[in-house]
Amino acid sequence: MDWLTHTLPWYVAGPLIGLMVPLMLFIGNRSFGISNNLRHLCAITQPPTVEVDFFRYNWKEHTWSLVFVIGTALGGYLAGVVFANPNPVELSLAAQNMLLSWGFTLPGTSLVPDELFHPSVRNFTFLFACGVLVGFGTRYAGGCTSGHAITGLSTLQLPSLFAVLGIFAGGLIASWFLVPHMLIG
Amino acid sequence: MTRYLPYLLVGLMFGFVLVKSEAASWYRIQEMFHFQNFHMFGILFSAIATAFVSIQIVKRMGKKKAMDGQSIEIPEKTPGTKSYVIGGLVFGFGWGLIGLCPGPMFAMAGAGSLGAFVVLVGALHGTWLYGALKQHLPH
Repeated sequence: MDWLTHTLPWYVAGPLIGLMVPLMLFIGNRSFGISNNLRHLCAITQPPTVEVDFFRYNWKEHTWSLVFVIGTALGGYLAGVVFANPNPVELSLAAQNMLLSWGFTLPGTSLVPDELFHPSVRNFTFLFACGVLVGFGTRYAGGCTSGHAITGLSTLQLPSLFAVLGIFAGGLIASWFLVPHMLIG
Repeated sequence: MTRYLPYLLVGLMFGFVLVKSEAASWYRIQEMFHFQNFHMFGILFSAIATAFVSIQIVKRMGKKKAMDGQSIEIPEKTPGTKSYVIGGLVFGFGWGLIGLCPGPMFAMAGAGSLGAFVVLVGALHGTWLYGALKQHLPH
């Protein structure tokens, strides 16, 4: 049962993720993508006093999509808690040295660093702000990694290529110029 | 309710794979953006290749009906450039900082990470902000 707790190799994980696209088409002619659920959740919670047109539609038609992300959260629970990997993330040597030079400790059994995710006002303010960027950007671009990089590129859509280039450029800027200085000046 | 069961199961598999492959790990995302390991690129490239091949097979098949009887159509994205590039940049910038894109946010919140839940709440506010400002943004 080792395979249940250990890291899934890329050549197993990638094809399984790629299969989401035809599976969703076969189940109900749906387009695989996650970030639309953020819009549906806004549509559900928008108070009647604040009316933004973008969130006024019948979200119940998208129940299938919300059920999908409930499944995603359950899958995360199974993988991260029930069948938790007892070993740390096995980063390349270059990545380990980079982390140390940034002032981060090497990964423990958690997938996210304590330095940024440990509950504190400072950390949670930062995480919330980054979440705002992700939510704003994905909706502006009309999709995220799943909808654009996987569904969009595999169906040869030019807009998705623009989105993926933007996403990668944004990620490079953050990861090369900001993350190294987050902990040490 | 049983018509939603397939979505729950496929979603469950997705969340499981995101966490097990460590695509939901901040460490893996930093490693990817610094080109220090093939792991994340392997996941993305093989996912796109698998989806591409399966779509080609679906297109060439005679029978094109989904389980619920609808005919299968490959959805088209609205043409455009600005919104995709600018939105992508903003999203990618946030992703590079916290290492969680929307799928992993849900998966890691499910795995009990309070921090990931805070990111998710932030993402909902960001989405709402886009909806409120939509008319004033270049598209």
